[in-house]
Amino acid sequence: MIPLLGISTQALFGQLLLGLINGAFYALLSLGLAVIFGMLNIINFAHGALYMVGAFCAYFLLNLLGLNYWFALIISPLVVGALGMIIERTMLQRLAGLDHLYGLLLTFGLALIIQGVFQNYFGSSGLPYAIPRELAGGTNLGFMFLPNYRSWVIIFSLIVCLATWFMIEKTRLGAYLRAATENPALVRAFGINVPRMVTLTYGFGVALAALAGVLAAPINQVRPLMGADFIIVVFAVVVIGGMGSILGSIVTGFLLGLIEGLTKVFYPEASNTVVFVIMAIVLLVKPAGLFGRTA
Amino acid sequence: MSVDSVSETITAPVEVANPRDEQIVFLLMTLALIVAPLFAYPFFLMQALCFALFACAFNLLVGYVGLLSFGHAMFLGSAGYFSAHIAKVWGWPPELAIIAAAIGAGVIGVVTGALAIRRQGIYFSMITLALSQMIYFFCLQAPFTHGEDGIQAVPQGKMLGFIDLSHQMTLYYVVLAIFLFGFLAIHRIINSPFGEILKAIRENEPRAISLGYKTDRYKLAAFVLSATLVGLAGATKAIVAQNASLTDVHWSMSGEVVLMTLVGGLGTVFGPVVGAFVIVAMQNYLAGFGQWVTVIQGVIFVACVLAFRRGIVGEIAHMFKRSL
Amino acid sequence: MRTSIAVTALAAALAWAGSAAAQNKTIKIGSLSDQSSLYADIGGPGSTLAAQMAVEDSGMTAKGWKIDVISADHQNKPDVGVSIARQWFDVEKVDVIVDVPNSGVALAVNNVVKEKNKVFLNSGAGTSDLTGKACTPNTIHWTYDTYALANGTGTALTKSGGDTWFFLTADYAFGAALERDTTNAVTKAGGKVVGTVRHPLNSPDFSSFLLQAQTSKAKVIGLANAGGDTTNAVKQASEFGITQGGQTLAALLLFISDVHALGLNAAQGLTFTETFYWDMNDQTRAFAKKFASKMKNGNMPTMVQAGVYSALLHYFKAVDALGSAEDGAKVVAKMKEMPTDDPLFGKGTIREDGRKIHPAYLFQVKKPSESKGPWDYYITKATIPADQAFRPLSESECPLVKK
Repeated sequence: MIPLLGISTQALFGQLLLGLINGAFYALLSLGLAVIFGMLNIINFAHGALYMVGAFCAYFLLNLLGLNYWFALIISPLVVGALGMIIERTMLQRLAGLDHLYGLLLTFGLALIIQGVFQNYFGSSGLPYAIPRELAGGTNLGFMFLPNYRSWVIIFSLIVCLATWFMIEKTRLGAYLRAATENPALVRAFGINVPRMVTLTYGFGVALAALAGVLAAPINQVRPLMGADFIIVVFAVVVIGGMGSILGSIVTGFLLGLIEGLTKVFYPEASNTVVFVIMAIVLLVKPAGLFGRTA
Repeated sequence: MSVDSVSETITAPVEVANPRDEQIVFLLMTLALIVAPLFAYPFFLMQALCFALFACAFNLLVGYVGLLSFGHAMFLGSAGYFSAHIAKVWGWPPELAIIAAAIGAGVIGVVTGALAIRRQGIYFSMITLALSQMIYFFCLQAPFTHGEDGIQAVPQGKMLGFIDLSHQMTLYYVVLAIFLFGFLAIHRIINSPFGEILKAIRENEPRAISLGYKTDRYKLAAFVLSATLVGLAGATKAIVAQNASLTDVHWSMSGEVVLMTLVGGLGTVFGPVVGAFVIVAMQNYLAGFGQWVTVIQGVIFVACVLAFRRGIVGEIAHMFKRSL
Repeated sequence: MRTSIAVTALAAALAWAGSAAAQNKTIKIGSLSDQSSLYADIGGPGSTLAAQMAVEDSGMTAKGWKIDVISADHQNKPDVGVSIARQWFDVEKVDVIVDVPNSGVALAVNNVVKEKNKVFLNSGAGTSDLTGKACTPNTIHWTYDTYALANGTGTALTKSGGDTWFFLTADYAFGAALERDTTNAVTKAGGKVVGTVRHPLNSPDFSSFLLQAQTSKAKVIGLANAGGDTTNAVKQASEFGITQGGQTLAALLLFISDVHALGLNAAQGLTFTETFYWDMNDQTRAFAKKFASKMKNGNMPTMVQAGVYSALLHYFKAVDALGSAEDGAKVVAKMKEMPTDDPLFGKGTIREDGRKIHPAYLFQVKKPSESKGPWDYYITKATIPADQAFRPLSESECPLVKK
């Protein structure tokens, strides 16, 4: 065992940095969930599956079309976003007016289908995806060796998260969006096509998942089940953050990455469980989540 | 954000239940189950019965209180571990092992329920899901569960000291008796004054509160009852299959029970039984298709949600304008 | 799946009636595996193919035997595995079950096979309990077990200078068993374990654990985990420059399908133990070529699939000698009595505890520059002789072993 208190502050700093990087994935995924939930009131159970599709998309672009990582970063979210809009148009839209739990069940079924099909064709051991040449290697920070790719992940995802937050909270489009969440009938009266906005929002939310998938491809093996267990942790992140809040999902994502990073040093066995423990505590103290408004 | 003011709740049993219809169907079901081993493989039937009880107990919560739990595997799986451990390591007779395990599941239900019922709707689903993941990690790591190997070679023993459970047909009728006990218990709960209050909470919780009911207490009671009955199913299943494993605690099992109930008919009395038999039969007899079982399940899920929200029994009942 | 086991109640009744008439010169093989998820690439459809190839190559049909191969997916669920096994024995009249990866399912099936007095030739599962506490007169554990892998890698690496170890252990029974067995081997060979970190199963990120391993300055980092955890750890180790930093990465359970999935770039330098590699001699190459040409994705055989083939060839010899596959314990006893010899694993024996004995090999994954083409992955670093490869009988907890 690592001596518990003997760990140097430098090593600890390294671990925290790594935790923050993992938090970037939580933030991106929970942000997508929050955007979708805000507009459609649906918990998108297919989020993890679409994250996986995003990673596979990057793999195909590279191996079938010869398009590298940078193209994948743009094309993959577009493809998955389009897929998401088709799902929304053909299926989710028919559930309008029903209990929102039906949306959860539908997307759960979709997740099973998507993951099952990928498993059939690509087995379970997964496919390799190399780190792009421009980001290979790493920097010695003195206290640790930080691969350049990890630095890229955290910077890029921070930019995406902040841009999304800005767009929703500070622009006119975002204002329409928020208004449509509160009172769709009124927004429609202003001549805005609310159903189309809903479709676009769902597409955007799952595009964020695909983006996270592309970011994860060089780090993780591209596997059909890569999103299956991961997404449950993200659900807990969303509950902790408070479901309505965009900023909440981003902050909580990074925060939990940090906490998880600390757990990995001091009590590694619990590092997957700590998120759920925190969720239980938050629910006891603040049932609406850290940033949520009481329902 | 008002999440719960929606036009159609997850269950919509509008027709009034006719006790005589129910009695007739119940008798038919019991008769069918008594003669079933003559036509179908008993081991398969026993598994299906365990899942049927699982689905019925799950339906108690979703169908009559309107709480969709996405973590019910935690009760099924942990009760399985309890009964396997008690029967194998402590050497208790099967009936005590099963009862103790069901109570154990009920205790877990008290703790998790107290947390989960603080929220409704989707929040409730996600919280139960997260809590069941905690239980899963516990089962993976606790020494007595033997990790991925599970608890194997669980002795079936002699029930009440003289009923030899290692005989397949005997075991079948014992399992059938346990199932019928659970089924009737649920039926009793639904039709009691307590059940009426639950339905009132489902229809309109604020009104129930304003009528002076402490709705949280009723919801917790329903949650614990459901957990205990699921535990009964899980404990029996471990004795039948002679092993307890991680499969039953994994969240995909929580998804499966939702599927069973959805296919059979949410909020119907007999739906979960039908759904469980359909899904278990599918898993057993489609095993040769291997790879495609999950996909088929997903397709059924989607089809049910989009087109057959009433489920098999619900659709039949609707056709005859009856409630089953 | 070529053969489905879809059984209706009617078919069941027919099979029951029919079984009385047809007997003696028939054998039915059930390939029970994970066809769709975690272990599908290790066993799965490839194991069924290996079983069919064994039937073709055995020459049993020419001797008047009628042999069928059926297969099913246990979905990594012990209760599903038990249910299929029972149905196979009761309704389909299966004589022998092969493969069965996933220790939990294998141990569950092991009990059913004994109860029904049939034969279980396990190739896919790792748990050494199958020839230890849980051993039965009906089961033979053919290809490998955790003890052999841990012992092989631990001893060989320590002796070649890797005498300080740090473990990344998956936090469940299987990981703990791997770590325990390797630790024993390492200390026995004069090495030292300087640290361990227990990570949860299915961790998407290993960077934190790898960093801890890196700071420990241990010469060898042992990965006591499996499947996706191992491949993710290996991939991220290459990202963090672990092997360039002079530390050796030792996977305690790895298959060639995993190496193929990782690609040589990420997997190079990785050291581990297996009992079979397709490119060992002319016979293994001939088998592998034929095998790959029949696989949907052109994969070379893993040691598990090779084990299914080899085990069945020996099983056929025993059944042919006895003239019937009816009595499982008798067939297994005969198998133990006869020395084994087949093109893939060479000459060997089966011990009284059901352990098949053959050499094991310490392999290292080639650098991309050393590889001559697809599937040319391994350099043989050491051969562990058959008598040292597996757990000695004196340490066995198997009740069948007379002490």
